[in-house]
Amino acid sequence: MIREFGFNDLSYLLTGASWTFGLALVAMVGGGLLGLVVAVLRVVPFKPLNWIAIGYINLIQGTPLLGQLFLFFFGLPLIGLSVDSWTAASLSMSIYASAFFGEIWRGSLQSISQRQWEAGAALGLSYPQRLFNVVLPQAIRISVAPTVGFLVQLVKNTSLTSLIGFIELTRAAQIVSGATFQPLPVYLTAAAMYFVICFSLSQLSQMLERRLHAAR
Amino acid sequence: MDYNFRFGALWRFRDQILEGVLLTLQLSVVTMACGLAISLVVALASTSNLTVPRLAARVYVETIRNTPLLVQLFIVFFGLPTLGIRLNANTAALIALSINMGAYGAEILRAGFESVRHSQIEAGRALGLSAGQTFQHVVLFQAIKAIYPALASQFVLIMLTTSVVSSIGATELFNTAAFIDSRTYLSFETYALITAAYLILTLGFRALFAAIYWVVFVRRSRR
Repeated sequence: MIREFGFNDLSYLLTGASWTFGLALVAMVGGGLLGLVVAVLRVVPFKPLNWIAIGYINLIQGTPLLGQLFLFFFGLPLIGLSVDSWTAASLSMSIYASAFFGEIWRGSLQSISQRQWEAGAALGLSYPQRLFNVVLPQAIRISVAPTVGFLVQLVKNTSLTSLIGFIELTRAAQIVSGATFQPLPVYLTAAAMYFVICFSLSQLSQMLERRLHAAR
Repeated sequence: MDYNFRFGALWRFRDQILEGVLLTLQLSVVTMACGLAISLVVALASTSNLTVPRLAARVYVETIRNTPLLVQLFIVFFGLPTLGIRLNANTAALIALSINMGAYGAEILRAGFESVRHSQIEAGRALGLSAGQTFQHVVLFQAIKAIYPALASQFVLIMLTTSVVSSIGATELFNTAAFIDSRTYLSFETYALITAAYLILTLGFRALFAAIYWVVFVRRSRR
């Protein structure tokens, strides 16, 4: 029996959207923590650590996210970890995000002029004082807008986890589309839900950029 | 860990993999070309003085950039047939990718147009160049120089993104991986190999584009 695309399906899509949101949140936190490590490794004055970070960033940014997802999904069971699609999805999305966060934050840190460090030293501030009271407040200010901007990419890219069977918004839309045989309204509804999340983040990013730059 | 990796078993698929690489390159190049054509129209519309084209361009760019490519692909491939528009997987993939690229490219081109300062045009005219000559000798080169890095990284991004269209069965490198996987059940080895192939392509193209930039823009301006 083929049913119409109705209220139950809509609430199923909304449940899917909440999983999309949840996955993006996990990837944001996990990727954020790991990205902090990447950014630090990238700027410490010790070349081999810089190279490791550069290699890691190139590896992640130079391969398709879909490939990374499949490698985690098929690879982790080989080393004896039984993973479901949620674990594989959240792990690979976090790693994917960490490479981008790492680069964004490195750029923000390095955009703070060396003279700021020197000025801090001239005023007799200790290294932690210079870092936490002089450089970081400025770097964080610069990094906020691009960080939120990347979250748009992150939310959109969670859609790829549907291809390893994780039921988020896109997979939910596939399921509803299969049950109702009305792909056009179903996928358009899913697209509208993505749009609401992503457009809000885009606007927020632009607003933050305007506000934080105006204050300088 | 007691799993024996069997990468050797994939050697017999080398021709298919090479073919997949070529198909991915072909799809990327055609997407880039079609996408740039769309971008140009949209960028011109978004910088025009007329309200309606400017608004339409804005809506297009925001809609595409704030929804996932995968959903756009599904709308084209599964949604359009219900309106009587039937497309095979490769055509649907090309259309969805081009529309997607069009929105990102439009922003790149718009930034390029705006990067050439008006004083440059005035300077050209003051030297007695015609409007056409000013465009050809003054504006064009600077605009291309300004957008080249963004377009180069956009091409690499497209190449990586084309992997997504394997989900509707369009033929490219990632689809080749699915084929090999289905024949060998060596999922991990297959996807590791194919992912490595993308990495080689990315690094190769980045090096190529950097070399072109140096030859065309850096060396020339040093003369």
